[in-house]
Amino acid sequence: MARTATPVPETRTLISPAALARPRGRIIHRTVLAAVLVVFTAAFLGPLYLLVTGGLKTTAESIANPPTLYPHHLAAGTYGTAWHELNLARLLLNTLWYAFGALAFQLVLDTAAAYALSKLRPVLGNAVLGAMLATLMIPATVLVVPQYLTVLDLPVLHANLLNSPWAIWLPSVANAFSIFLLKRFFDSIPQELIDAASIDGAGPVRTLVSLVLPMSRPIIAVVSIFALVNVWKDFLWPLLAEPDPTRQTLNAGVYSLSNGIPQNVLIAASAISAVPTVLFFLVFQRNIMSGLTAGGLKG
Amino acid sequence: MVREFFLAFQRTRTGRTTWTGWHNLHQIVNDPTFWQAWRNTGLFTGLALVLGYALPFAVAVLLNELRQARGFLRVLVYLPVMLPPVSALVLFQYLYNPDYGLIDHLLHALHLPAVAWLQDQRTAMLSVVIASTWMNMGSATLIYLAGLQGIPGELYEAAELDGAGLLRRIRHVTIPQMRNVLSLMLLMQIVATMQVFVEPFVLTNGGQGVGGSTITVVYLIYQYAFNFDNYGAASALGLLLLLVLAVFSALYVRLSRRVEE
Repeated sequence: MARTATPVPETRTLISPAALARPRGRIIHRTVLAAVLVVFTAAFLGPLYLLVTGGLKTTAESIANPPTLYPHHLAAGTYGTAWHELNLARLLLNTLWYAFGALAFQLVLDTAAAYALSKLRPVLGNAVLGAMLATLMIPATVLVVPQYLTVLDLPVLHANLLNSPWAIWLPSVANAFSIFLLKRFFDSIPQELIDAASIDGAGPVRTLVSLVLPMSRPIIAVVSIFALVNVWKDFLWPLLAEPDPTRQTLNAGVYSLSNGIPQNVLIAASAISAVPTVLFFLVFQRNIMSGLTAGGLKG
Repeated sequence: MVREFFLAFQRTRTGRTTWTGWHNLHQIVNDPTFWQAWRNTGLFTGLALVLGYALPFAVAVLLNELRQARGFLRVLVYLPVMLPPVSALVLFQYLYNPDYGLIDHLLHALHLPAVAWLQDQRTAMLSVVIASTWMNMGSATLIYLAGLQGIPGELYEAAELDGAGLLRRIRHVTIPQMRNVLSLMLLMQIVATMQVFVEPFVLTNGGQGVGGSTITVVYLIYQYAFNFDNYGAASALGLLLLLVLAVFSALYVRLSRRVEE
């Protein structure tokens, strides 16, 4: 990352270091750098700025023409209004509950599945893995309808899971991508270590809990982060599976309640619902970015 | 536990096996919105490839050349990916507004004609693509950046000694070296953009108001299933989409195998 103290000699890229060291090269580099910084900040941070300040404007100002770049009349109460009127506390709690529930299920079941596939090597394990990889290729949106019908009337149990957290938790467990990531990581753990553990009398479960899992911390962090973010960002599924607006996630809830809400309140609500993921990202950005590239090409 | 997991797996999938019959297929093909939805989806994919595919690559090449602030810029580019989509789209709806939106105001300041972004049939899809690109380009950029860092410096060195200028170095070293990553991302982008739903759904309410100009295939599926209660037609359409995407997915799998070898 940028903050490394000693400048590591970089592998050369498109432009040679010699060309950059020349005065002309240095000037061009500085100019381009400055331009990129300005343009990118405006393009990627600018909208966020407008999101936050938009929520501080009065209703009249938020739809004034010409639009103002900063709130002329601070209306900090808009955030309070948004919080109460859209019942954001409720939505936030729902989202947390769904996200961490899904995370817990995924961690327990997906590590177990990945461990089984990687180390215990059951009969037909490869066939199972192949089937799972095939499901990765099925576009998620095509599955929404059958998934909805399943949740409406769960086979065997004949329970209706609509409006229950299970509707979010159960489908999230079947995450072939996390299993695949975990399996690939488990594969890289030397078999000798596991053999040694079993000589010491550790059964498969013990080996998993006290040997494999501690070693897999980085990949588990990545899988967890993606599990949380997925639930947080999902839109269509929570909208369908939790039709009751008091049970929806922030993302879906803000949408369902957005009708007839003044522009400034809606923007304030959007800003509030964006805060958790942005903070989360700033804290975990290293893990997220390494996970993105380590996880191969599937973002 | 493993079996339990697979039960959960099958549960979510078995619904798809309900037999739809030719009737549904017949019905959806005869719906005029069917072709419109496919045309719109194709248009979205096309525009998204011009913008959402080329732009991250250009940005990655640019960032890779900068010696400072690279970490900061990387965070910046990826930031929108982490936003909840509805928040980002509410914001874009606001920016696009022809009466009080900032974008038209900027156009006005530059003495350019105002555009009724989301209300105009001709620009509605473009507006959706711009918003979608802003929201999603971060992950592609980071993957390209990682790929660019794997290019051996000697290749550039050699090309430069042979007198290749900047553009020729990009053409003859960067792009060939990145070919695998580029083609994988191309297929992934096609598969992803053909499933576009949230953006037109939130921005233009699925495209009803603007002469259906942003109705996409997935939106049509949604409409059949959840507005018309016609799950059969929805599944039939879903199956069609699946078939189309399967072609690209199969290519992707073959290609990623080759990359791994």
